[in-house]
Amino acid sequence: MSQMKRNPLVLGRKSLKDITEDIVAPVESFPSKGWLGLFLSAKTLFIFYIITLGLVVSTGMGLLGVNHPNAWGTMIITFVFWIGIGHAGTLISAILFLFRQKWRTSVARTAEAMTVFAVMTAGLFPLLHTGRPWLDFWLFPYPNQRGPLWVNFRSPLLWDVFAVSTYATVSMVFWYIGMVPDFATIRDRAKNKIRYMMYGALSLGWRGTAKNWSHYEMVYLLLAGLSTPLVLSVHTIVSFDFAVSNLPGWHTTIFPPYFVAGAIFSGFGMVVTLMTLVRIGFPEFKNYITLDHMEVMNKIIMATGLMVGYAYGSEFFVAWYSGNLYERAVFINRAFGDYGWSYWCMISCNVLIPQLFWFKKIRRSIPIMFVISIFVNIGMWFERFVITVTSLHHDFLPSSWGNYAWSPYDTAILAGSFGMFLTLFLLYLRLFPAISIAEVKPVINVGYEEGKH
Amino acid sequence: MAQKYKIGTAAIFSTEAEVLKAAAAVRSAGFQKFDAITPYPVHGMEEACGIQRSWIPYVTFVMGILGCLAGWALTWWTSAVSWPLNIGGKPFHSLPAFIPIMFELTVLFAALSSVAVLLWACGLPKINPPVIHPDLTSHKFGIFIPNDDSGYDERKVEELFRGLGASEIKKAEF
Repeated sequence: MSQMKRNPLVLGRKSLKDITEDIVAPVESFPSKGWLGLFLSAKTLFIFYIITLGLVVSTGMGLLGVNHPNAWGTMIITFVFWIGIGHAGTLISAILFLFRQKWRTSVARTAEAMTVFAVMTAGLFPLLHTGRPWLDFWLFPYPNQRGPLWVNFRSPLLWDVFAVSTYATVSMVFWYIGMVPDFATIRDRAKNKIRYMMYGALSLGWRGTAKNWSHYEMVYLLLAGLSTPLVLSVHTIVSFDFAVSNLPGWHTTIFPPYFVAGAIFSGFGMVVTLMTLVRIGFPEFKNYITLDHMEVMNKIIMATGLMVGYAYGSEFFVAWYSGNLYERAVFINRAFGDYGWSYWCMISCNVLIPQLFWFKKIRRSIPIMFVISIFVNIGMWFERFVITVTSLHHDFLPSSWGNYAWSPYDTAILAGSFGMFLTLFLLYLRLFPAISIAEVKPVINVGYEEGKH
Repeated sequence: MAQKYKIGTAAIFSTEAEVLKAAAAVRSAGFQKFDAITPYPVHGMEEACGIQRSWIPYVTFVMGILGCLAGWALTWWTSAVSWPLNIGGKPFHSLPAFIPIMFELTVLFAALSSVAVLLWACGLPKINPPVIHPDLTSHKFGIFIPNDDSGYDERKVEELFRGLGASEIKKAEF
């Protein structure tokens, strides 16, 4: 039956020792000039970001464009953008693990790291958007001297507090537990004392006995099984922030699946962006993150892009078919009003451009997929802009219409958030094993053995 | 944490197939407290060593249920008992609105307790544990038989290992 021959998952006929050495190399060697250049630029942007946020916090939210009627602006848009990015990492590390997709092994670690950093970047926004971040502990139900007065558990914004903090915690734990055996590998190879102590502490003294592996694999499976509904719940609840309100353009039942599909779409866009760069930065990783891997991810981008396109279409259909005048007016305004340009920017980046992936040559071309993935990132940021701003600026009464007063500070926090994300990501690439050593080793023979499976 | 390590004999093997065969042979020779050390989870090792299926899922299940109930208790008690507030005419105990909180706490309790129990079951964290061979976390495989195992005789164990094709045999602390 096995006429379908699988392509090898790891190229170059690597031995177990080669795998260890290849993957650990970036951790054990001095950084290249390329990495240093990228890191210094990312770090500069990050410092600029910290200063901007400092100004926004000390002066107040008025520095940004948020005002009546657009009470939600760049911070909420960019929060949804980054949290969505995170979802692809969990999809790769948890959902594809449950589906026994062996190709996920070499990209899972870095995708999961992307998740953790994206959630960190995202998590700051709602905290700062409260305007008085020093009182953010009010978001949690803790016994206090005001009654005690409790939080309102019927509010989707509070569900979001629980969803995002649980997601951040579980993703970090999942990521860390995955790295423990690899930290032990680095510890046992360490030639100097500092490295031995650092990775020895991180490895928790892991030694890889069969009894330990048995528990470890079970917990890994459990965490994957728990993360799968968790990741779906997170963007569902993020979409409730919008869908549970009465605003035309937000108040729709399609939001949860539409948001989840969009999140996975944007996340894979970011994974492809980062992986093409990792392949350039660490050429040895091309044997692990092969063109086949990139092609599969491009197929997922295309599939989820079509789902998102379908959601855009059905939103319009329902706006017309429901007979709700306000809904209809908001959607006509969305496509042809003051912010029509952002709508068409979103449609072309998310629906039209990914169609190029129907061609195999384009799916396998690194420069083209890099450019398309950037377009996907841009398009998905605009999707959240369209949802947030076009619904708010033009709702029921003409007296409460008004455009978003975009300020230079909006640009600064949007750009600066990339500085934070990239600084963390670049540090990760040099400090942690960027491919899961213990997970790649069992799949090195896939595609080489004949007549099995 | 003062941990007691055992003294015994260890063998190093260079391939996965050898260590699987060796683990099965050591087990059928009557040893029970031995352990295999591998750089990655080797398929079939649990059967070869006679390791039972992990019991951690039971803990996960119970803690998940507990998390769900904790979420329910928290939302119900704060919204309907401690300080009931009329919000939009909704019932004080509005269960559908509490489901997201209950779900998130289910996942949080289940995930964190699974990891805590994993560390406990593996005796982690260990500070500076003895390592038999540094390559055992990279590309070599080992089997360790402690000297308190039933029928342990150093010379016999060494002979057994040699017969199984061990590339290195040594006395070790593990």
